[in-house]
Amino acid sequence: MDSIPSIRVKNLTRKYGAFTAIQNVSFTVNPGEIVGFLGPNGAGKSTTMRILSGIMSATSGSAWVGGVCVAQSPHEVKRKIGYMPENNPLPDDMRVVEYLRFRARLKEVPGRKIRATVQEVMEICDLARTARRKIIGTLSKGFRQRVGIADALLGDPEVIIMDEPTIGLDPHQIQGIRSLIDNLRGKLTVVLSSHILPEIERSCDRVIIINRGRVVASGTSGELREEFLPGNRFDLEIDGEEADAIATLATQGVEADIIDTQQISDSICKLSIKADSEAAHGPQLIQLLSQSPKFKLHSLAPRVPNLEEIFLAATKRSWEETIETKPKTAKPPVPEAQNNTTT
Amino acid sequence: MRHYLILLKHELRMLLISPPTYIASVLFLMLMGFLYWSIIRGMVNAPADLLPSVQFFSVFWIPVFFVVPLLTMRSIAGERSSGTLDTLMTTPTSRVAVVLSKFSGAYIFYMLLWFATLGFPIIASKLYPQAAASGLLLDPASLIGSYLFLAISGLLFIAIGIFASSITRSQLVAGMLSFTTLFVVIVGGQQLGNIASNADLVSWLNTTVNYLQIFQHLDDFSRGIIDTRPFFYYTSTAALLLGLSTLVIEAKA
Repeated sequence: MDSIPSIRVKNLTRKYGAFTAIQNVSFTVNPGEIVGFLGPNGAGKSTTMRILSGIMSATSGSAWVGGVCVAQSPHEVKRKIGYMPENNPLPDDMRVVEYLRFRARLKEVPGRKIRATVQEVMEICDLARTARRKIIGTLSKGFRQRVGIADALLGDPEVIIMDEPTIGLDPHQIQGIRSLIDNLRGKLTVVLSSHILPEIERSCDRVIIINRGRVVASGTSGELREEFLPGNRFDLEIDGEEADAIATLATQGVEADIIDTQQISDSICKLSIKADSEAAHGPQLIQLLSQSPKFKLHSLAPRVPNLEEIFLAATKRSWEETIETKPKTAKPPVPEAQNNTTT
Repeated sequence: MRHYLILLKHELRMLLISPPTYIASVLFLMLMGFLYWSIIRGMVNAPADLLPSVQFFSVFWIPVFFVVPLLTMRSIAGERSSGTLDTLMTTPTSRVAVVLSKFSGAYIFYMLLWFATLGFPIIASKLYPQAAASGLLLDPASLIGSYLFLAISGLLFIAIGIFASSITRSQLVAGMLSFTTLFVVIVGGQQLGNIASNADLVSWLNTTVNYLQIFQHLDDFSRGIIDTRPFFYYTSTAALLLGLSTLVIEAKA
């Protein structure tokens, strides 16, 4: 079981006429993993997900879900996948429980088990008590989203693919969906796409960043951090000139660049610095900076780049690469992307 | 097959709970009732050669032009534009089952509407027992023939509507497309027949043109003459259109 990846995608390409939506996308998702798909609008996230769920066919390349080829046996694959499309379309004039039973029947849940299965997914998604007999058209966005997830869970799929499950939700609802996804951890393989980066960072084990139809990065957020934004970053607050601080550091042999400055009051300014050497640690910096008579150190905090920054760095790099290397090769140089996934 | 039954059940259930169904049936029955009433009234004033039911079914095209587009335009185009067609496609359901269930749902409703018009001659015969006694109102041969005609021509008409609905995502376009196609099939065939009867055509072309005369088929059927050629025409064309719809859904994913 462990040797078969839940999802394996190899050199997947999809063209809409002259426009290439995705090009040579390759990645692997292992059983039980929660993987986030990131990318700007039109990067090819939805296209990839639609191909995986068998709605759409690829122009070239292959995809396997649970060891079954999507192109060769789409019906088999559909039994293994629970898919929640973008915008989560639902029929407005049905009741929640009716809709879920209808979907369960379509997903070949045996007749005797339908009631129990539907009840179970409604419990998981917290629909059983509140919204059981409500008409879907009258539900709030958060509940609609839950109905969509409940539908994806029906029929005991191995893999759940959700296209932007948290779009348009308020923070409470996002929290709810996140804990729901956390509950699925370990039991199922989950692939989800989102624009909300902290969301992905918190709920996903691994992130795949797609830009312009190609995988530009893949790995845990720690790995991506090292790849795209190496070096240590700190936020400081000093009473004095920021140039003095950098100069002080430079004289002590610590190379640092200012990323961002912000004047808080007349004398105090807040700045973010990036130290190139790995050796620059918090205690060392505190010691160095507090010795200087020219300024006073008020606070120093390590700054961990969030996914947003990684995302911006990764997509920016891929833009530059595509512009520079366009005539040469179409395949992006992402050796790590495949090494750490095929194990 | 199992999926087809589940989808058909769903389709009929949705028809039952949606208000447009009832509005369409009320309007249809009002219009047809009015037509039947005016036919009966005309017969009171001046004796006519044809039976009232024959006259009544000769205007079958009036409701077909508006009921068929209204019934079918929503089916696939609506699902496509709301995105529920995608969710349907992610289940292990074959596309044939989807198209067939949409078709059967609309067809069953269409036939139910027509069978409701059987009430008109029954009501009329209750009100005018002497007319009923002469066998004018409830002539079994013409009634069975006419309903049989409606049943098999309905296959083609509904299939036209389903096909129109499958090739677009806008319900309006689907409705207009099926209306114009129905117009061409029903009226165009008739016009072709008129031209052919004036011109001197080679015999095989003449046969082909006759083959497409929907009003001629109705004439035969309502007299109780049941021919197999129209059967073949309607069922084969309907099957072709449904097959094309399946292909379109597959291709336009």
